[in-house]
Amino acid sequence: MAELPASLKRNPDLDRWVQIEPRDAIVIRTGKVEIGQGILTALTAIAAEELDVLPARVRVETAVTGRSPNELITAGSMSVEDSGSALRQACAHARRIMLERAAVDLGVEVAALRVVDGEIGVPGANRTVSYWDVQGGRPFGVKIEECISEKSPDRYRLVGKGIARVDLPAKIRGEAVFVHDLAMPGLLHARVVRPPGYHYRLGAFDRTRLDGDEALAALIVDGSFIAVVAEDEHAAIRLMERAARAASWRQIAALEVPEQMSEFLRAHEAGAYPVVDGVPREAPLPVLQPPNGSTAVRASYARPYVMHASLAPSAAAALWDGGRLTVWSHSQGIELLAPTLAKVLGMGAAQVTVVHAQGAGAYGHNGADDVALDAALCARALPGRPVLLKWTRQQEHQWEPYGPAMCIDLEAHVDANGRVQAWSHDVWSFTHVGRPMPFHEGSELVAAWHLEKSFARVPPAPRLGPEVGIHRNAWPLYRFPQTRVVKRFVKDSPLRTSSLRGLGAHANVFAIESFMDELAMVASADPIEFRMRHVEDPRARDVIERVVAMAQRDAAVPSPCASGRGIGVARYKNQQCYAAVIVEVDVDLASAQIRAKRVWIAADAGRVVDPDGIVNQLEGGAVQSLSWTLKEAVTFDRDGVTSVDWDSYPILRFSEVPIVTTELIDRPHMRSLGAGEATQGPTAAAVANAVAAATGIRVRSLPLTPAQLRVSASG
Amino acid sequence: MVDLIVNGTPHTLDIPDGVPLIFTLRNTLGLKSVKLGCALEQCGACKVLADGEPVLSCVALTESFKGRRIETLEGLERDAVLHPVQSALLGENAAQCGYCLSGILMAAKALFDRTAAPSGAEIREALDDHLCRCGAQPRILRALERLAGHG
Repeated sequence: MAELPASLKRNPDLDRWVQIEPRDAIVIRTGKVEIGQGILTALTAIAAEELDVLPARVRVETAVTGRSPNELITAGSMSVEDSGSALRQACAHARRIMLERAAVDLGVEVAALRVVDGEIGVPGANRTVSYWDVQGGRPFGVKIEECISEKSPDRYRLVGKGIARVDLPAKIRGEAVFVHDLAMPGLLHARVVRPPGYHYRLGAFDRTRLDGDEALAALIVDGSFIAVVAEDEHAAIRLMERAARAASWRQIAALEVPEQMSEFLRAHEAGAYPVVDGVPREAPLPVLQPPNGSTAVRASYARPYVMHASLAPSAAAALWDGGRLTVWSHSQGIELLAPTLAKVLGMGAAQVTVVHAQGAGAYGHNGADDVALDAALCARALPGRPVLLKWTRQQEHQWEPYGPAMCIDLEAHVDANGRVQAWSHDVWSFTHVGRPMPFHEGSELVAAWHLEKSFARVPPAPRLGPEVGIHRNAWPLYRFPQTRVVKRFVKDSPLRTSSLRGLGAHANVFAIESFMDELAMVASADPIEFRMRHVEDPRARDVIERVVAMAQRDAAVPSPCASGRGIGVARYKNQQCYAAVIVEVDVDLASAQIRAKRVWIAADAGRVVDPDGIVNQLEGGAVQSLSWTLKEAVTFDRDGVTSVDWDSYPILRFSEVPIVTTELIDRPHMRSLGAGEATQGPTAAAVANAVAAATGIRVRSLPLTPAQLRVSASG
Repeated sequence: MVDLIVNGTPHTLDIPDGVPLIFTLRNTLGLKSVKLGCALEQCGACKVLADGEPVLSCVALTESFKGRRIETLEGLERDAVLHPVQSALLGENAAQCGYCLSGILMAAKALFDRTAAPSGAEIREALDDHLCRCGAQPRILRALERLAGHG
């Protein structure tokens, strides 16, 4: 029998996953949280399918530390793979136990029983018992130690077809579903006052500036951490503005502003690790041995710092009752956040409970964890009163950990037959993993750096796991006689960085897939055909062929601009969803404006649980990647970050959004593969390749703004 | 005192001068559909209708709406039946996280009140001051174009 899913090994207690309510309903629990990726819907479908009940009977309980299965973190497109596989197996166990009880009650063999919406019986016979008759309101009290057989995919009615999205009706009606909307008796509102930038400390604070404001419930000034709490939200904002005027700051260091980020990255390398099959090693660097007579091609690619830029400001609520702290948070890692808060607050981990509450889409590690500490520090000053704290837009843009800048050098040697004989990929970047790390020295939470009793930042360290961070998707999809990949870790980033959707895959795939087009040109080959020469994996070939067929069905739209199409392909992490993307662009040669008109996506995510949910993720990822690729770069000067709102950090607007068409290749008998980040890299490369097809200009540095296009045209 | 008609119900509210409309709607009247996104009139999340016209509620002050009819997303549903713009988006699963939806639905409602069958270009224009970070725009456009009778 197959091995137990990792989440089940960690949480073998069946009652953690499945609970049969006294009547007519089933509660399921998961350690994964809804971040707009539709996981609650996918898990509802999986549980209803395995248990043979209507989806409406299944309710997913909000994740709470100490109560829900501990699945560490919602990241890396692993929700369906981790939680889905564990929950399916847990439901299979629950079902078997209940069928065994029913068999006794009905005096028949288990094998003769069928289940219809929770009613268990022998087909044709009148007498049935239900799940609720045999198990309602009672715990299972069972530890899952081995895998049992699950429902055959051939009999699926829900999985693969999809069910109505469970979280959407409330959002369409405008119900209070986000942490920002929490309402509790006695709720207070708080705001924080941050220093002007990373390298500032509080010089003086003139408390008299806040005197006489009756709305002030608490003023917290602890080191360089300042927060105000008020009875109402507007007063909290007014007090925040007064407190900001009351603070004088001193700059302890200037922010380092590299003239050329790629050169800065190369100059500050702190470790180089050869990567084989996606796994970095501590070993001597391999040396490429190009065959005689081959043509050498070299190119360098770069992307700037990119922001998560959630539409909602980060927010959290907290309640301190004198002994226990409860925090409501949209963190993607509540199980890491709880001990991290406990450490900073000097509490025992068991005294802190984090309840997940939805936020806006985060796309990785944004300010969610930081604001939880801000709220907790306020709540500690006001025992018994719940406090809801929201960041301002400027704080969100200025203090979130960004997706790090990256640069990539590629080299290939192409033989006379147009085949790549040797391939080399060097990638430099800062850490992509800055999440709360409760078991490391220091703290990754902003407020912890500012407290009187401050915590140092956790020193960034190179991650050497498979397909982590910087080297994610640095290993190519293609098979070459020689492949040399080197991860080059850069320790000290001028700006705070952490995980942004796709991590290193975005820039690595942008570089690889741009370079494949450049090599095809050297080999005088069609870019698609050139890729097919080097792809062995039949599933990768299938998505390429499918997306090409999709795009061929749609004739090019006549346009007064220079028009072109380009492709990008990758298998996310070389182990998850396959995605091939074609983008059609218009380039206005006068203004150098690039407009993406149409996008075609073909993907293979193995067994599809919720087809519309996957399509939504792939399309949303492609549109977001278009925004990164065409528009986005975090700007900063010696004083700090200057991208502080939507005017200074523009993103793609409705008028700039293309028509997107997506097709899935379903593989019901194969493992489900995470798809939420699969289109980030391929889309970026497809845009650059389309621009090159339209104009002959190869842009190797993101974003593809008019200014960058002009620079690339002249260079 | 400020007189407002909100979703058809008259209110006389004891709101001091200087309070942005969003906080009166969210915190005094409990209308949590109105979303705080930027408080800079840049993202559209806080859009409501005043006398049928779209307005951003995050900066505009409550007292400037005296005697006016305010509509929020909570007011669109009638007798447990969703408004056509709500059904259109629900039918296409036209959302990811959903934080931007309220403002977009209000902009769409104003547009469809004005013209029953807006063109694709009119729909894009009506939504162009709304940001969606999840990339749900293609679906939102498709849903509203379908409602307008295209494709």
